[in-house]
Amino acid sequence: MAVFLGLPLAIYLVFVISPFVQAVYYSMTSWSGFDANMPFIGFDNYVKLFNDDIFMISVRNSITLAIFLPVITVILALVLATLVTIGGSSRGQIKGLKGAGFYRIVSFFPYVIPAVVIGIIWAQIYDPSSGLLNGILTGLGFDGFTSFPWLGDPRTAMVASMVVIVWGFVGFYMILFIAAIKGIPAETFEAARIDGAGRFRTAVTITIPLIRDNIQTAYVYMGILALDAFVYMSVLNSTGGPANSTLVMSQKLFTTAFSKGQFGLACAMGVVLAVITLIFSALVFMVNRLTGGSKDVSN
Amino acid sequence: MSLKLSKKPSEAGGHVERKAKETKGDKVVAGVSHTMLALWSLMVLVPLGWTVLSSFKTTKEIFASPFSMPEVWQFQNYINAWNTAGIGSYFFNTVIVVGSALIIVMVLGAMCAYVLARYVFPGYRAVYYLMLAGLTFPIFLAIVPLFFILKNFGLLNTLPGLIIVYVSFALPFTVFFLFSFFKALPGEIAEAAQIDGAGEWRTFFQVMLPMAKPGLASVAIFNFLGLWNQYLIPVAINTKRENYVLSQGIAAFAGQMGYAVDFGALFAAAIIVVVPVLIMYILFQRQLQGSVSAGTMK
Repeated sequence: MAVFLGLPLAIYLVFVISPFVQAVYYSMTSWSGFDANMPFIGFDNYVKLFNDDIFMISVRNSITLAIFLPVITVILALVLATLVTIGGSSRGQIKGLKGAGFYRIVSFFPYVIPAVVIGIIWAQIYDPSSGLLNGILTGLGFDGFTSFPWLGDPRTAMVASMVVIVWGFVGFYMILFIAAIKGIPAETFEAARIDGAGRFRTAVTITIPLIRDNIQTAYVYMGILALDAFVYMSVLNSTGGPANSTLVMSQKLFTTAFSKGQFGLACAMGVVLAVITLIFSALVFMVNRLTGGSKDVSN
Repeated sequence: MSLKLSKKPSEAGGHVERKAKETKGDKVVAGVSHTMLALWSLMVLVPLGWTVLSSFKTTKEIFASPFSMPEVWQFQNYINAWNTAGIGSYFFNTVIVVGSALIIVMVLGAMCAYVLARYVFPGYRAVYYLMLAGLTFPIFLAIVPLFFILKNFGLLNTLPGLIIVYVSFALPFTVFFLFSFFKALPGEIAEAAQIDGAGEWRTFFQVMLPMAKPGLASVAIFNFLGLWNQYLIPVAINTKRENYVLSQGIAAFAGQMGYAVDFGALFAAAIIVVVPVLIMYILFQRQLQGSVSAGTMK
């Protein structure tokens, strides 16, 4: 039995846990990586980071993503999931829309496409001259968009990037919510209907409170993903976008480590990112608790 | 039952049609719902369809108009992507790396989850929290030290190095998912097997593992997608071109597009990367969608 647990655990400790621990130590050194010399400098790296304007821009951009992406994705996914599950007839059995299966299959598909490919496809869609988006817009008569650089204009680059990430994940959370809504006993919906609640009322006062644990999970997952966002951001705008408007912490960390060789500093960024991630999760849990999660109607 | 109920009133009164009929409001709601869902479906399908279409066009045609049909369907684009852009060899690397990592992580993860689900031992909680840490902390925190750990082992820029890192980072998710699965299996069966004289190994591999098959299948699909789509780990620790996996290969190809303009081949490469996951998706979409909820609720 010792082998059963010991072997996986040993690999896990060496390649996952020990790097986490080492990173915290490295973050307090000015190590450049390729010499044995590892001068300990305490919190100097952190001080340096907070005085680094570009890094602070990247922090702000990451936080912007963590604020907007979960809200947009979760709301959109909830709306679509609600339409699919209780959009059907208001008489007789509670049921979903006809053709719900088709919508489910199509919506979920972007989730399985590699993030890199999603980024590449959308970079082409946003292409100023030959892209699909400007093609459609000019086709509809909006001539102002002829060769408008969606990813090259500081005003639109961030929003355009967010659209791509939302596009990739709405389907996944939609399926998650559909599964959760289907887990609610039909009697609950029937009771609400007999009491005279319409669809909108049912969705707001029955469905959402009953699946709030799922919503919380979705929110945390999406937030963690938004704080990473490395693949999408680096494929859409490899250098951080116009005026660093899409530069995120993970990108900054990657170039600091692997292009500039400032490994100590990069580890400090990693620690900051980890702390922000933990704060984010804690906040979501706390808000859910404070607003009465997991004690009212839900089991 | 419901059939009887719906028949009765019409027999008795004759004037009340009890069959659930769509009201006007229902039709409006259904119409609005279908419109919104159809719009979303279009949002999903149009970019993908456009990619397929563009993958058969010449670069000149791509630049001329985003909508035009290709004059001649350029299957050559796929050959160019496969050979000239190196997608073929990246594909091969990816199959080796993802295939090996998947098998190893499933075996190790199942063993680990089985022990955790069946036995309580000193340090049990510690193992649990270590696994949870691996799921919570961003991989970016680990990436720099990881680079040097692999370097010290002489595994940097090698496929075995990539495989072992894939295994390690897929492990916590696998263990968490399978843990609940093994927990639900009746322990009496393992005991019965042992009374019948099966050793620990035999009990696990011949009795318990086959019973956990549905769980294993779900985790394997998720791990396959996660590893196939992995990008950060290979770009950090696997930088030798001949060892590239698909995700970094296509990113590198797209990165140099500014200079060598073969956009048709780029679109074709994108399709080549998507096709395996598309096949997996079509084959397993029921299991995949079914296990989304189970997999994300810890």
